[in-house]
Amino acid sequence: MKALNELPLKIAAAIRGLFADPNSIWADLTMTLIGLVLIIVVIVVAALLLIVLERKVAGWFSLRPGPNRLGPRGWFQTIADALKLLGKEDVIPARADKLMFRVAPMIVFGIPILTLTIIPFGYGMTVIDLELGVFFYLGVTSVATLAFLMAGWSSNNKYSLLGGMRAVAQMISYEIPLIFAMLGVVMLTQTFNLTKIVEAQAAIPFIFLQPLAFIIFLICGQAEVNRAPFDLLEADQEIIAGPFTEYTGLRWGLFYLGEYANLVAMCSLATTLFLGGWHGPAFLPGWAWFWLKVGLLILISMWVRWTFPRIRIDHLMHFAWKVLLPLALLNILLTGLGIYIYQLVIGG
Amino acid sequence: MADILTEGTEELLLNMGPQHPSMHGVFRMIVHLQGETVTGIEPKIGYLHRGLEKLAESRTYAQFIPYTDRLDYLASPHNNMAYCQAVEKLMGIEVPERAEYLRIILAELARIASHQVFIASAALDMAGWTAWGYPFRDRERILDLFEMVSGSRLTVNCMRIGGISHEPLPEFWPALESFLADMPEKLEEYYNIYLGNEIAQARMKKIGILTKEKAEELSITGPALRASGVQYDVRKAEPYGIYDRFDFDVPVLYGCDTFDRNLIRFMEINESLKIIQQAVRDIPEGPIMAKVPKVIKPPVGEVYHRVENPKGELGFYIVSNGTTKPERVKIRSGTFVNLQCLNEIAVGTYVQDLIASFASLDAVLGEVDK
Repeated sequence: MKALNELPLKIAAAIRGLFADPNSIWADLTMTLIGLVLIIVVIVVAALLLIVLERKVAGWFSLRPGPNRLGPRGWFQTIADALKLLGKEDVIPARADKLMFRVAPMIVFGIPILTLTIIPFGYGMTVIDLELGVFFYLGVTSVATLAFLMAGWSSNNKYSLLGGMRAVAQMISYEIPLIFAMLGVVMLTQTFNLTKIVEAQAAIPFIFLQPLAFIIFLICGQAEVNRAPFDLLEADQEIIAGPFTEYTGLRWGLFYLGEYANLVAMCSLATTLFLGGWHGPAFLPGWAWFWLKVGLLILISMWVRWTFPRIRIDHLMHFAWKVLLPLALLNILLTGLGIYIYQLVIGG
Repeated sequence: MADILTEGTEELLLNMGPQHPSMHGVFRMIVHLQGETVTGIEPKIGYLHRGLEKLAESRTYAQFIPYTDRLDYLASPHNNMAYCQAVEKLMGIEVPERAEYLRIILAELARIASHQVFIASAALDMAGWTAWGYPFRDRERILDLFEMVSGSRLTVNCMRIGGISHEPLPEFWPALESFLADMPEKLEEYYNIYLGNEIAQARMKKIGILTKEKAEELSITGPALRASGVQYDVRKAEPYGIYDRFDFDVPVLYGCDTFDRNLIRFMEINESLKIIQQAVRDIPEGPIMAKVPKVIKPPVGEVYHRVENPKGELGFYIVSNGTTKPERVKIRSGTFVNLQCLNEIAVGTYVQDLIASFASLDAVLGEVDK
């Protein structure tokens, strides 16, 4: 089992060993490049799986079989979807801001690639082991909002513009409780480094020490990845598809891919911060535990999505500012008190 | 930046429909927006106009029955019944007992089916994708029941002037019994997945207020009126057919908001179940068609007959000139009148409320545009 656990590390070391000087900058660059390619592969595979899984889950919830034609029980459906998207005409509205219109989907897809680079998938299995990991994550994900606003504004469509404005309003509301929820974990571990945060959870996952923060994080995470009940920016019933209304073919596909990649990234972060990352009973390798936990969180996210109707924009803001934010602050206070009492008792 | 501050905000004119994911049928509204707040609505109708009233003038009385199916296509037995009873009233035809009971069973089944579609589509307009499936699953059983009576599922069209065209198949009765037995449990299921939800309640309560005075002033009828605190139902106020023989309540709610307009449908399904149960218990044996002349030629005169459609009051005004074709047919459709209150209930709320409020009126464009 130990061999299986360290298999990815050994492969990495072997590749590094091919260089004349294993610690040269060229070796580092190559390893980072390989890591990035691997992350894109992970995203694409996850999206392939998750899109069909989501449709299946939606089907099971609402008494339908879901896709069941292509492949065994319809599990190859996403391939057909992707091929269909490839065949679509790429339309850019005549009066759109063409540069912004083209760039927006790339940013949406690029962000989860950046965020996943700092996630430790197993012991030592990060592409970049960043000292300010938590900080980096928050900074990068905030840019996604800008991308949605870019898409909404540049499309020159009123529905898109409304969606873009909603994206900004929503970001202002949930981002702050999200940050404060993460702060509890940072206070406990005294570090922003995600690997060290996971190492600190060897004895007990932080979900037991920070249950309130975990719940706040899950709710805000659902808003962060724009899934129901917080899918306000693409609300089909009100504003058709929000910022994506004018997009076709692969550009639209990039948004879709980005949504699922974001979901994976968000669930990975939750696993890292609260569920103890790669830690788990030794009958499975660490990276398997990590992906199992991520999968569980993704299923919970789908469960919520297909159960709740959409919240209203002002209710979301009230909820975030008047309920989640005070709770997150309370959590920080309690954590601080807990640490103080602990130090008094232990005398550390 | 200074320009933006001094100029203030600009009104956004948003064209919703006729092709919009949440518009029921081909309704179109031009919405004036300040940010997300609705400041005005201009409804545009007529995209489904087929000129049914004019068509009636060139068809014989019996030939017009299938056209009435296409009015409110979610509750076609009501339309058939309203029209047939209007002609029967004009000619003084006595309908056999069994046919009367069958008509009421079909009409109340249609009311349940129509309300089920309402629940499903109203839930869908609030993005309750899952809640959409449950009512449709059970509506399927009603459509199967219709098939056993008439051979068709949506446009039932089995009522004729003087009675009903076919005796239901033998398997109709056990299927109906089992449906009646299952329905209360299913109703609870719809409630739990849709109205019972915290977010749904927060979005619908105290939203889309239609006061009692305003509702009466705009001659709103049907569930929308009863949710505004007026206990008015044509089945009780002016019983047609044999509705006076049944023991049922007219539910009324006083919230005047979108939530009550949703909840009242649940209560009405319960009352309809009661009526069907009594009808199944009391239905006599006998003929289902009265002795009606081969050529229907009502005497010169005029008649107005109204029934309680699931969505409002449906009235037929028929003028006869003594020939085989009517001189004039005027259809008073419930939702057409009910849509008048759209400005009243939605102006001043958010776009999301507008969608929910519009859904709560349960507009079927076949009936609005005629």
